Amino acid sequence: MNALRRNVLKSAAGASAVAVAVAAGLLKPTQAMAAWNKAAFEAKNVGDAMKGIGATSPADSKDITIKAPDIAENGAVVPVEVTTSIAGTNSIAILAEKNAQPLVGTFELAGGAQGFISTRIKMGQTSLVRAVVNAGGKTYTAAKEVKVTIGGCGG
Amino acid sequence: MAEPMRIRATMAGDVADVKVLMNHPMETGTRKDAKTGQLVPAHFIQEVTATINGAAVLNADIGGAVSKNPYLGFKVKGAKAGDKVVVNWVDNKGDKNSAEATIG
Repeated sequence: MNALRRNVLKSAAGASAVAVAVAAGLLKPTQAMAAWNKAAFEAKNVGDAMKGIGATSPADSKDITIKAPDIAENGAVVPVEVTTSIAGTNSIAILAEKNAQPLVGTFELAGGAQGFISTRIKMGQTSLVRAVVNAGGKTYTAAKEVKVTIGGCGG
Repeated sequence: MAEPMRIRATMAGDVADVKVLMNHPMETGTRKDAKTGQLVPAHFIQEVTATINGAAVLNADIGGAVSKNPYLGFKVKGAKAGDKVVVNWVDNKGDKNSAEATIG
């Protein structure tokens, strides 16, 4: 899902730069290969968050289903289930568009992992819950509105 | 981290249905402590990885917007009863946890 990360890993220059950083103690080995996408997670609007995960203009898709309550009883715990039948799904990202930081998580699927993720998220207010699917080098998206009566971000 | 992660993995046809419940406060860093009025520092799981019989099936990056005591469900086709599921997580402070279960 993170094209930048993949490019860094692929290029020899990237690998050696990372190796130098690890040797210099700047990057711990476990962090070097799996840097958490800080820019995307700290983006304060959905546009920047989408850019951060490499989804600049995803196509709307009816092959992505978002199962979430129409009205969330508790904004701190909103169950969200994303299912997609798009062939070659590599990853699913979940965003809550009106959260102070919209990106909730990116889920990379490998091996026989199916296009399915179920989790529970915090929502600060009524908003679209958006799923972005990366499949076959393209991105697809769908969204569902979830009404929130009591916001769950604690702010 | 006081309580271990719970993993339940069952077969439905040729698809393993894996449900994981992690134990973690998942503090966003934007919540104020009711008593002190101070911001509770950010403390949340950032990465969750899962393998089945050693092969990676899930690599998730998450943030503070995932609810406290994160729940994660995923499905893996081609897994079999008796296969070993291992789930690891790392949080923003570098703390880790790991658990394993056998697909039933």
